[in-house]
Amino acid sequence: MNRAKETSNLSGGGMSGIGGPGERILLKDVRPYGEGEPVDVLVAGGVIAEIGSGLTADADEILHADGAVVLPGFVDLHTHLREPGREDAETVETGSAAAALGGYTAVFAMANTDPVADNAVIVEHVWRRGREVGLVDVHPVGAVTAGLRGSELAELGTMARSAAKVRVFSDDGRCVDDPLLMRRALEYTGAFGAVVAQHAEDPRLTVQAQAHEGANAARLGLAGWPAPAEESIVARDCMLAGHTGGRLHVCHVSTSGTAEFLRWWRSQDGATAVSAEVTPHHLLLTDDVLGNYDPVHKVNPPLRADADVHALRRALADGTLDCVATDHAPHAAQDKDCEWSAARPGMLGLQTALGVVLHTMLEPGLLDWRGVARVMSEHPARIAGLADQGRPVAEGEPANLVLVDPETRWTVRGAELASVSANTPFEGMELPGRVMATMLRGRITAHEGKIARAEGER
Amino acid sequence: MIRHLLSAESLDADTATGVLDTADALKQTLLGREVRKLPTLRGRTVVTMFYENSTRTRVSFEVAGKWMSADVINVSATGSSTSKGESLRDTALTLSAAGADCVIVRHPASGAAHRLAGWLDEAGTQVVNAGDGMHEHPTQALLDAATLRERLGELTGRRVAIVGDLLHSRVARSNVHLLRTLGAEVVLVAPPTLVPSGVQHWGAEVRHELDPVLAGVDAVMMLRVQAERMHGGFFPSAREYSIAYGMNETRLGLLPEHAVVLHPGPMLRGMEIAPDVADSPRAAVNEQVRNGVHVRMAVLYHLLAGEEVAA
Repeated sequence: MNRAKETSNLSGGGMSGIGGPGERILLKDVRPYGEGEPVDVLVAGGVIAEIGSGLTADADEILHADGAVVLPGFVDLHTHLREPGREDAETVETGSAAAALGGYTAVFAMANTDPVADNAVIVEHVWRRGREVGLVDVHPVGAVTAGLRGSELAELGTMARSAAKVRVFSDDGRCVDDPLLMRRALEYTGAFGAVVAQHAEDPRLTVQAQAHEGANAARLGLAGWPAPAEESIVARDCMLAGHTGGRLHVCHVSTSGTAEFLRWWRSQDGATAVSAEVTPHHLLLTDDVLGNYDPVHKVNPPLRADADVHALRRALADGTLDCVATDHAPHAAQDKDCEWSAARPGMLGLQTALGVVLHTMLEPGLLDWRGVARVMSEHPARIAGLADQGRPVAEGEPANLVLVDPETRWTVRGAELASVSANTPFEGMELPGRVMATMLRGRITAHEGKIARAEGER
Repeated sequence: MIRHLLSAESLDADTATGVLDTADALKQTLLGREVRKLPTLRGRTVVTMFYENSTRTRVSFEVAGKWMSADVINVSATGSSTSKGESLRDTALTLSAAGADCVIVRHPASGAAHRLAGWLDEAGTQVVNAGDGMHEHPTQALLDAATLRERLGELTGRRVAIVGDLLHSRVARSNVHLLRTLGAEVVLVAPPTLVPSGVQHWGAEVRHELDPVLAGVDAVMMLRVQAERMHGGFFPSAREYSIAYGMNETRLGLLPEHAVVLHPGPMLRGMEIAPDVADSPRAAVNEQVRNGVHVRMAVLYHLLAGEEVAA
């Protein structure tokens, strides 16, 4: 699908941007964490300079927010930017734009590119492209194993010591299923305080799997992806992390059993550093939508049953699951406009994550705005060790912020999203909460649904 | 009037009975005729598009189309989007643009016929599912029902056992839906490894032992055991499977006198069905094939001829 891209005017340097390290922006009438009466926030020098009522300081720009909620900018631990290799599906530039429009100030770009991000050259390239685009901090994730082949470790230390300073490693898309290799990865990454993010899927239990193993898959004749294929790997990896002292992060938890196990594991004395994420689509959609075999609903791990969705919401609310991560997975039209089994798994997520979280967590009262800040920003920043993200909305803190208009509802249209691809499972759905503006180190990157023209940081 | 035939699940009792009655009428009409040709679908173009080998189903559809005077074109499609060939969508759109009124598709991917119908609906090309992956094979269920009606009369209150690889079988799925729609009870018999999880929603009883089931049924459908399953660890050996679930002379004796044995073919003689059972008058294998042609004529008639012609 070809469409004119909002972001095409980003690349040229030297254009006048809104804000910047030296500029002063006054946010009028914002509500930090949606609490209390509106206040004004003055941003200067990339940090929050002052918070107060009726601020009248000289500002280069004044943004009238009309009571919008202000939160720390979102951090996505799980993004596929597809560059290098599949620029027909997404690029660092278009993905960064989608991130900024979705309220994100940092994203972690998964390693399953072509070539694979399993060496310093590729991770530095992705990192540098992120800097050039300058809309969001792009942190490359390094592969755990060379070529994602699952047979030997990639050069983890070299990637960690590269300019990209890789601190999250993952073979996402594939599971590091060899228990000895997983043990070594957890041990070895301890040397530089990195975390291993596991795509938990026992490949022997998911041979040719196409959909959640249950009533719908049985009826539709789709080979089942059974819950224990995830749960058994999560249990094993927790025990390996406990034994080695390594740091484990569980990607895209999708079953009630995994949530239940993690709740128990994390309640144990001395349970070591284990964290976990859940995707927006697993918080909202079930395999009931598979009936027309439209592969826009194909994703790995698959959409599961209603009981799983509700268990995941509860687990996110009670802290068993630390954060929301999008697993933003753009795919070219031809990789989705085909028969189910031939289609690639994955769905867009960056621009719809907030709306889905508000719909599934905030509106039912499972989380308040502070909770949203926790799962969308603070926890993922802490898991990845980002010092300048997920910080409080307070004077002296870095001005990585998102302004959310909580009253506006909007209808998702894949063709209107900033990604090259349009594979959103939320097409036509009305979601609450609109990102009014996103601010990265004091510079507005997205405003009223448009990318703010930027000078790249070079 | 149905637009596409994608699944037996989507057939209501009236539609299914209508198709079966038409098949019956066509059979009577053609009986004893020297020239078995009806002018009904003259000028209509029917394309069979088979991504899997199946001589019996393809030939059956081809004969059905020809006896109705349709122009039948066979496309032996090889490769799918997975193997870097032309995409299923492009192939379908090409056939539609070239003038196909109806596409009959057999494809290894579950849901392929649904996808095709989605792409071709606007162009007015109709789709018949001739077997999609592990999902459905609705004309097989219709021909099985036609055969059972001939042997047993109306199916309401009848009890039918389906035996074998329920997990991978599109024949089983279609038959469960259609038999229940027509008022029959279904009992499914297989080792637990060949029963899909979620089967409790199928509205059928599930048993793991064949012998205790036999005395209480009016028909037994034996499912083919595909070669790749034999080495897939679903059961220890072909021999053990055959001993536990094969239809042999002894088991034939456990069935009520009137009960009939069906097999969708191709049969693995000595595996799921013993040769003497396959050839016995209690088995209806050849009748199934004969009825297959009439049922597929009826399906094409209902899809393509429309009600004005039916009058």
